[in-house]
Amino acid sequence: MPTVIMPKMGDAMEEGTLLRWLKQPGDDVAVGDPIAEIETDKVTLEIEAGDAGTLSQTLVAEGAVVPIGTAIATIGEEDGAAGSGSAATVEIAAAVGETPYEEGAPAGPVGSIEETGREAAAVTAATLPSANGTAAPQPQPQPIATAPAAAAGSGERLRASPLVKRLAAEHGIDLGRIPGSGPAGRIVKDDIAPYLDGKPLPAAAAQPAAAAAPVGTAAPEAGTAPAPTLAAAPSAPPAAAPAGRPAARTSELSRIKRTTGRRMIESVTTAPHFFVTVEVDMDAAIAFREQANAQVGNGAGEDGVRVSFNDLVVKAAALALRAFPNLNASLEGDLLHEHPNIDVNIAVALPEGLIAPFVPDADQKSLGAIARMAKDLVGRARGGGLKPEEYQGGTFTVSNLGMYEVDEFISIINPPQAAILAVGSIKQVPVVKAGEIVVGNRMKLTLSADHRVTDGAESARFAGEVKRYLEQPMVLALG
Amino acid sequence: MATTRNRTAKAAAEAREGDVGPAPNGAAGADLGLDAETLLRFYREMTLIRLFEEAAQRGFRQGKIGGYLHLYIGQEAVAVGFLHEYRTGDHVITAYRDHAHALLLGSTPREVMAELFGKGTGLVKGKGGSMHLFDVENGLYGGYGIVGGHIPLGVGMAYAQAYQQTGGVTQLYFGDGAIHNAAFHEAANLSGLWGRDGLNPCLFILENNQYGMGTSVERATAMTDLSAKFDSYAIEHEDVDGMDLFAVLECAKRTVARVRESGRPYAVEVQTYRLSPHGAADFLERYRSKDEIAEARKRDPINLLEARLLEADVADEATLTAIRDEVKAVVEDAVTFADESPEPPLEELATDVYADGAAS
Amino acid sequence: MPVMTYREALRSAMAEEMTRDESVVILGEDIGIYGGTHLVTDKLIDQFGPRRVIDTPIAEGGFTGAAIGMAMAGMRPIVEMMTWNFSFQAVDQIVQNAAKVRYFSGGQVTVPLVIRGPNGGGVQLSAQHTHSLENFYGHFPGLKVVSPVTPHDVKGMMIEAIRDPNPIIFLEAGALYGTKGEVPEGEFTVPFGKARVAREGTDVTLIAYGRQVNMLLKVADTLAADGVAAEVIDLRSIRPFDEQTIVESVRKTHRAVVVQEQWRWFSVGSEVAALIQEQAFDDLDAPVERVSGAEVPAPYARNLEVAAFPSEQQIVDAARRAMYRG
Repeated sequence: MPTVIMPKMGDAMEEGTLLRWLKQPGDDVAVGDPIAEIETDKVTLEIEAGDAGTLSQTLVAEGAVVPIGTAIATIGEEDGAAGSGSAATVEIAAAVGETPYEEGAPAGPVGSIEETGREAAAVTAATLPSANGTAAPQPQPQPIATAPAAAAGSGERLRASPLVKRLAAEHGIDLGRIPGSGPAGRIVKDDIAPYLDGKPLPAAAAQPAAAAAPVGTAAPEAGTAPAPTLAAAPSAPPAAAPAGRPAARTSELSRIKRTTGRRMIESVTTAPHFFVTVEVDMDAAIAFREQANAQVGNGAGEDGVRVSFNDLVVKAAALALRAFPNLNASLEGDLLHEHPNIDVNIAVALPEGLIAPFVPDADQKSLGAIARMAKDLVGRARGGGLKPEEYQGGTFTVSNLGMYEVDEFISIINPPQAAILAVGSIKQVPVVKAGEIVVGNRMKLTLSADHRVTDGAESARFAGEVKRYLEQPMVLALG
Repeated sequence: MATTRNRTAKAAAEAREGDVGPAPNGAAGADLGLDAETLLRFYREMTLIRLFEEAAQRGFRQGKIGGYLHLYIGQEAVAVGFLHEYRTGDHVITAYRDHAHALLLGSTPREVMAELFGKGTGLVKGKGGSMHLFDVENGLYGGYGIVGGHIPLGVGMAYAQAYQQTGGVTQLYFGDGAIHNAAFHEAANLSGLWGRDGLNPCLFILENNQYGMGTSVERATAMTDLSAKFDSYAIEHEDVDGMDLFAVLECAKRTVARVRESGRPYAVEVQTYRLSPHGAADFLERYRSKDEIAEARKRDPINLLEARLLEADVADEATLTAIRDEVKAVVEDAVTFADESPEPPLEELATDVYADGAAS
Repeated sequence: MPVMTYREALRSAMAEEMTRDESVVILGEDIGIYGGTHLVTDKLIDQFGPRRVIDTPIAEGGFTGAAIGMAMAGMRPIVEMMTWNFSFQAVDQIVQNAAKVRYFSGGQVTVPLVIRGPNGGGVQLSAQHTHSLENFYGHFPGLKVVSPVTPHDVKGMMIEAIRDPNPIIFLEAGALYGTKGEVPEGEFTVPFGKARVAREGTDVTLIAYGRQVNMLLKVADTLAADGVAAEVIDLRSIRPFDEQTIVESVRKTHRAVVVQEQWRWFSVGSEVAALIQEQAFDDLDAPVERVSGAEVPAPYARNLEVAAFPSEQQIVDAARRAMYRG
């Protein structure tokens, strides 16, 4: 007996919905007669009979979703019994209704989720032992049954190159005891090489996180960190955010920041800092600078470079240092090297960290020459074009946050130098002059000095000398 | 039986014999000197194509044929007429409406249907499907799925025939939809150029079935005299009624000989009509009316041939019915064969990527 | 050993094969009477005549497709792309026909075809005339893709390409046509799928193809001055790909830098990096570094163009990062 099937009407069609029967069991059909209306993913259309005869049975109920190729009706050559045909329809329709879930689509949405869940569980179980096998011994065993994220949490993951991990496994070496020299403390081949030849491992179990630069925390920055943060370096931070808070954005420190951080730690942990602050009357300096720079506008200035307040401070400090060789010195263990030259470093803040190129022989340079050189050095520092010999060295450092509306601040000494001068903003303040209250301009300078080299009295005298030069700027021009 | 392999030599012999044999009665085939046996073979071939395509359509509806399926229903006289002039050493290349060309050149209905069913016994081992029928042994160089994309290939094959002095010609089939494509124009230009030196025995057979998919010729170009486009490339051309087998046969005989002798290209615009939808998924046919299709059916090439065979007393109803029944059995056998054939072995997945078996 | 230019090596390979095998012909724009835009085919038309050295109109899709047809019908055509930039006009033919027809014909046809021409930038041709297409063509199964850089290799690989029964994408280093090198007398072939160790070293593996290989040799000198012994690998063949040479080298050096003129995303370098992590993960002491072209269309101005392509300094820096000396 010919059957009518759910036809495929497009290359991507896999099933169709039987919307409506247009012929009922018992009806005569001719070739081409529409017998049912179906719906595909694209369109609704009529199915035409391919054979003539009597519609014997409809095998699918209206509304049923049927895979293509499924028989939906039969056409017989004789009248079908209408009653039994209807019964058949109901019976088979029920079966068809379940088909998509039992056979046509064995993995329904719920099944899919379960499947995925099982897979994830399997992966977790398979991953954990291997991660654990290569990880450093934990001071306190972590609960293994937690989510994979915890096992892979950055706070606990030991950083070592794949090569090092393989070598460690082959030689039975505990990587947790080897400090890493690579990025973020990654243990690389050179770090492990000595131990492959039998060198005993370091006695104390170094925490890998401590061996690494503390990722994600700000290292104290040269010349800018206020004293309170000079306290102990922060312990390894938890990577995971507190419940309900977004996770931290974690990145590796730049090379400059890592270098700076290391040097700052060296400075604050070895050099006993003390601080001396003086307030400078800047009225004369302001007038002097306006006068000097006015010449630039007239074409009479030196190469058209304008003198900045920082240039004045550099020159003032350089001249003052002539009389204080103690502060123009480097400390190396118990040896103090007093430098014959006065090379003043200027701290420059870059997005990737601090760098401090220096003006060599600043005490012997004219203000114009200092201004020109400082402008060039700062510009090239920002463009990444400094040569190492332009920032490796220097005998005394000036750090200036005057442009940031800072009253005063304290710098960390740039080791192995003996002192650093922190420059605040010029503030307009009420002052008493000749018995009258008038507006004055004041700037605070704070010297940080190494107590192993100098003392408060000497530092106060030096600061006073710098103040004197700035308050008599013509001396700067002549000096 | 006309659809076995190595039919071509026999067909050629038959055709030659026909030239000198007794002319059939009446008008049918008289000018062409075709005997009754040959005329009935044409009837059988056209009927085979028709019933094969209808069976393929059913297979598609049943979900046994995947992808695309483009049917040749209505265009049977074109391939039957031109491929009657096929000689060993000739090359045939066409687009994706390619079942008829394979069947006529000697691919068996079994292996063609099995290919449509995606079976390992298929003509190209289940790797190409409906659009990529190849039977190189019998001259068929494919079956291509990108409109116009095969036209340059055909021109290059014709160059090779001239260069190698094989005496062969290339029958290059393409549809009206391809003539607006850059590939056609670039290739036709080369063909005209190379043909000037006798280096391009290529017969362009433009099967104008009036629609590029659903876009009629009038909606695709303002220059609706399609064969005139060959003038741009100094390729001579003519039109022929593609619903009339005898018109096609006469045109094919003359034009294939001309190309073979001259080494120069020639073009025939065959006016035909696709009675089936563009593809099996084209069931709405919003672009043409049922009246238009009904009108075209009046010139169904098989009906026309049937009428003329009866009129000329080449055959009676019983003879034609017997042929139809025989062909129906052949097609049913092909479907059963395809249905029961095994799928391609999975090892076939990675073979035939490189000719030297190199791994990809 | 005789010394010849890259251009002469190419020409001699084609001329020798055309002499040996009559089925070999060349098609392309201005390759005959003009002698070829880059003079690679200079005077071949005098030797072999216009039926074998076929000047075509400027219609890459048409003549590339015709060449595919010739190849399917028993010839061995060589198509010259005046530059590979024009091959986009022929991509349908190359990808849809040449690469696949053997497969979708069930193995019934072969396409012994070579498509060759200059590839890559460096001579201020700007955006539309500057591409490095190794990854693009290397993506398609059915094509073989090679990119030789020495006169020796360009000759040996061209002969190999002409004799290969598959479609070959032959990407020449356009900027190097005039460079000279030793080329053996007599016929020889360089097999596909075999990379060349251009310089041996122990500390870091530098990998490239095309003109960047020459750059790597200079970088290796620079690194040597720092006491770093760099190994330089010239891939030569993009598809098939020589995994073994790369993996063996990285197992020795534990570090790798991949350099390419092309854009980084979805590139040959990406594939090399992925391959190394798959096959040499436990031998790596540092992440694989990639140095690629800037993610911009190629600019015209000389300084911008230089900035758009890998520099020796960038490669040195990348090598130092891989050495943890950055």
